Amino acid sequence: MKLTVNGDHVEVPNSVKTVAGLLVHFELHHKVVIVERNAEILEQAKHTETLIFDKDKIELVHFVGGG
Amino acid sequence: MLKIGNHEFSSRLLLGTGKYPNFDIQKEAVDVSATEILTFSVRRMNIFEASQPNFLEKLNVSKYTLLPNTAGAKTAKEAVRIAKLAKASGLCDMIKVEVIGCQKTLLPDPVGTLKASEELLKEGFTVLPYTSDDVLLARRLEELGCHAIMPGASPIGSGQGIINPLNLSFIIEQTRVPVIVDAGIGTPSDAAIAMEMGAAGVLLNTAVSGAKDPVIMANAMRLAIEAGRLGFEAGRIPKKRYATASSPLDGMSIS
Repeated sequence: MKLTVNGDHVEVPNSVKTVAGLLVHFELHHKVVIVERNAEILEQAKHTETLIFDKDKIELVHFVGGG
Repeated sequence: MLKIGNHEFSSRLLLGTGKYPNFDIQKEAVDVSATEILTFSVRRMNIFEASQPNFLEKLNVSKYTLLPNTAGAKTAKEAVRIAKLAKASGLCDMIKVEVIGCQKTLLPDPVGTLKASEELLKEGFTVLPYTSDDVLLARRLEELGCHAIMPGASPIGSGQGIINPLNLSFIIEQTRVPVIVDAGIGTPSDAAIAMEMGAAGVLLNTAVSGAKDPVIMANAMRLAIEAGRLGFEAGRIPKKRYATASSPLDGMSIS
C-alpha cells in the first residue's frame, strides 16, 4: 500500500489496516502523536477504528519545544 | 490565584519549552521555576527518526497544564488547524493563538489573531491570544470572549523588556480577564515590573532558556514574579518630587 506520510511517499505492508496499525508500523505507538488522514484530524480514540487505504495522505504531528 | 477559564493556578509564571541547551537542563529549569503552565509547539514528526526522544517524555507532563501555541501560522486558518491538531491529542483545551504577520519582527497579525480567536472560541477552546500592545485590539479580543489577553512586552526573543509601559497599563486597567505579558522579557526586573503594573502573569521562554545558566534564571524569574505581584498587592507609595524624611524631626537634642 502506498501512502503519503508527511509529504514523503512511503510503502507500508498491506497488513497495516488502521491508523493505530500504522503507528505500530512506524514504532510511534508509545508516543504522543496526532494524526490527520486526508485532511481530517483524528481524535486519539479514533485511531483504532480508522481504516487507511492506498494513496491516503497522512500527517503525523507531535509536540516540540516552543514558547 | 490566577484563573484562566476553568483553570486555576498558584504560579503566575508561564514557561516556554523552546531552545534549552538540553532536556536535563530544561527539566531542572522547569522544576525550579515552579511553573504550572508549559507552552510548546505543534510540528510534523520526522518519521525516519522516530526514536529521537521528545521533551514530553522527559517531563512529567501530567503535573502541568499544557498550553500549545499556534506558532508557525501566518493566517487565521492555519492557526485554527494547529489548535485543532493540538486538542486532538486529548492532553489540552487551552491554546495560545499566535498568528505572525511579519517574519522579521515576529509581530502578530492583529486581524488574523482576532479571526482565529473568534473561531477557536466557537469551537470551545480556552483561548489566550498573543497580541500586540494595541489597547483597542486587546479590548476587541476581550469582547469576543477570550479567556486571557497576552500582549507582548517587545518582539519575541528580543529581551528588550516592556517598551510601551503606557499602553500596557491601559490594557491592564481596562481588562477584566487576566492580562499575561508574553514575549520580550529579558531580565527578572522586566518580569517584576510587569507584575507590579498589575499583570496577572508573565509568559517567557528565551529569557530562561537562552540565559547562561537557565536553571538559576528560572529561579530568578520565579522570585521576580512573586515579588512583583506582592508589590502590586501591597500598593506602592506615590512618587514625589522632593524628599520626605523617614526619621522623625521632633525631639532632636542637638540643634
